[in-house]
Amino acid sequence: MDKGEQNDLIRRLRKAEWRGRLRAYALIAPLFVFVALSFLMPLGSVLLNSVYDPVVPEGLPRTIKALSEWNGTRDQVPPEPVFAALAEDMKEAVRKERSGPISGRLNIEQTGLKSIYMKASRRVNAQEAGPWMPFFEAADPAWTKPAIWGTIRNLESKSHSLFFLSAIDMERKSDGKVMQQSDEQRIHVAIYLRTLGVALTVTLACLALGFPIAYLLAHLRDKTANLLLILVLLPFWTSLLVRTTAWVVVLQKEGVVNSFLQGLGLISEPLPLIFNRFGVVVAMTHILLPFTILPLYSVMRQIPASYVRAARSLGASPSLAFWRVYLPQCVPGLSAGALLVFILALGYYITPALVGGATDQLISHFIADNIGRSLNWGLASALSSILLVAVLILYWAYDRVAGVSNVRLG
Amino acid sequence: MFTKFQLSAVAVASAAVLSVLPATSSAQQTLTVTSWGGAYTVSQVESMHKPFAALKKINVVSQDYNGDLAEIAAQVKTGNVKWDLVDVEPAEAMKGCEEGLFEKIDASKLPAGADGTPASKDFGPGLVLPCAVANITYANVVAYDKAKLGANAPKTLNDFFDLAKFPGKRGMRSNPSVNLEWALIADGVAPADVYKVLGTPAGVDRAFKKLDTIKSSIVWWKAGAQPPQLLASGEVVMSSVYHGRVVDANQKDKKDFAIVWDGQIQVPDMWAIVKGGKNVELAQEFVRFATSTQPLADQSKYIPYAPARTSSVAKIPASNPNKAWLPNAGHAGRSMLTDAKFWTDNGDDLNKRFSAWMAK
Repeated sequence: MDKGEQNDLIRRLRKAEWRGRLRAYALIAPLFVFVALSFLMPLGSVLLNSVYDPVVPEGLPRTIKALSEWNGTRDQVPPEPVFAALAEDMKEAVRKERSGPISGRLNIEQTGLKSIYMKASRRVNAQEAGPWMPFFEAADPAWTKPAIWGTIRNLESKSHSLFFLSAIDMERKSDGKVMQQSDEQRIHVAIYLRTLGVALTVTLACLALGFPIAYLLAHLRDKTANLLLILVLLPFWTSLLVRTTAWVVVLQKEGVVNSFLQGLGLISEPLPLIFNRFGVVVAMTHILLPFTILPLYSVMRQIPASYVRAARSLGASPSLAFWRVYLPQCVPGLSAGALLVFILALGYYITPALVGGATDQLISHFIADNIGRSLNWGLASALSSILLVAVLILYWAYDRVAGVSNVRLG
Repeated sequence: MFTKFQLSAVAVASAAVLSVLPATSSAQQTLTVTSWGGAYTVSQVESMHKPFAALKKINVVSQDYNGDLAEIAAQVKTGNVKWDLVDVEPAEAMKGCEEGLFEKIDASKLPAGADGTPASKDFGPGLVLPCAVANITYANVVAYDKAKLGANAPKTLNDFFDLAKFPGKRGMRSNPSVNLEWALIADGVAPADVYKVLGTPAGVDRAFKKLDTIKSSIVWWKAGAQPPQLLASGEVVMSSVYHGRVVDANQKDKKDFAIVWDGQIQVPDMWAIVKGGKNVELAQEFVRFATSTQPLADQSKYIPYAPARTSSVAKIPASNPNKAWLPNAGHAGRSMLTDAKFWTDNGDDLNKRFSAWMAK
């Protein structure tokens, strides 16, 4: 075989390989497109929304330009040209019907700024030319104080970290300093901690309840085990909403549990079982329990009974055999169950909304609140991004400690 | 692999589907109208959608939502408007109008009442906004279960805030509007002055301070269907509620709920047209038709809400069992109308403070 022939062969081989690879790519293309459209794109737009905020730069371009040309410090009131630029911007905003979004955006940064802006905006078209400073002062004396101008300067760039600051209870004051928000506004950090706390409690409860059930299932005869497994799966297949509402019926003041206990004479007053943290933990544990039982069960079924028998025959007590021989082999299932439950619990929304009180809502409630009621999608995106990053960090930390290769779903 | 026959069959079938699709959609125009669901939507379907569809020979499709602007904002921002009309409350109507989510509605084109009253006089104050026209007003009231409270029943709004006289949980909507107004009224502010007081920082503090006195006993609700359920299960001794739900529970579920009319806060529900929809002109016609005298009068057959037009109220027969339950049927006690302008200007700030207050 000479050199030319050899090269030709290699080329033909490469071509054939390439064709095969292309076919493989074509097969996964639909999946890839699906993932890109339904997962990566929304995720990207959420991340983008949390830092990209063009409302004020696009709405008040002349004002922002005039402010940067003026070059004054933040404790000064800008001169007439800046007021004139603002009047121009306001007139254009009225023409384009953009006053609402602009004033709403300003109001997020400085309470009360919306009505101050709208007062001036409603009468700006009545005046043809300057001087504009007296006009704004007459509309509201706040215009001739430095605060508003500092707030506008904070928003001059199309991308900024203000939403993230707000998501961790900080704010950039009108003087440019980054500080903690006032006491009555500060909620998000406490809510994140609450979310982690509830998720952790639910995870521990699921492990404590799920382990004996999985053990029982794994050590029964197949026929009985399958029957019992259906009892685990049946609620798993029922709608989340139905199961949550069922808990309302069970736990409410005149519900099943309270009537039963009162009937037995154990309690005289109904216990507060719902619209509090207890109700949230109970309902979430019940709903997430299959996610611990199923991986644990499949891992336990693969543990040969001979190992424990061998330990016993070598003189280990039953508890020693369990701790030293059986339990370590369950770790992959325990890890998988705990990780699944914990991450799912972090994002819970509907169950706390229905069985929790006002102080039991998790972070997703506040994300939804900002999307639906305040229309502050930037803050909602920042809150979601932080939750996403927290999950990734936890996953990474878990990988460092226990090793993700240890996780086995079956 | 497809055989030749299969391929041609597929081709014929898809050609058939493609040719049928535009034919069906062009034959009848479809107007999608979104409202709050339940008995309220039924009242609109019977008195407005059906007659309008028959008149214009079109389809009117009804959808439900929860009153949030989020879905509407998403449709407008992505340019994929699926809803032609939505039923909104005044604060959302004003906010959506400012944010550019709703079309302007020309008030001068609204027809005169059946008795000849021009529309500008026929509608009550605050019922026609730049982007929305009211169809009804409902009332936020306190309700309780007579079967449970019996003789010792609350009589005024002040009793709702009186834990000593009426111990037990109270249901309240997890929203600042109504709750803040109530706190001030119960604290002795005259209904006419409520928004003046609430417009000052001291007034807001006063309202939250009053709410603080019952905070530990509040069960928060979100959906209108919840308070009757909370009352029926005994979870709360009294609850704020949309008054129509009380009437519904009494008529359909044979409950014995009573309304404390004192302190009622009336809120209009209004038609607004989503900006950038495919049928804006038709939607404008729908608003003019739906808010004319007869449909509004017919609506009260299905739900005890007050028609927005005076000329419609006159057309409700005495035999209508809902008549005594209309919010303006001459009930004793204090009453007031929500102020859409106040809530547009201050809603964002009060929402923020209220969310933070609730979460602590």
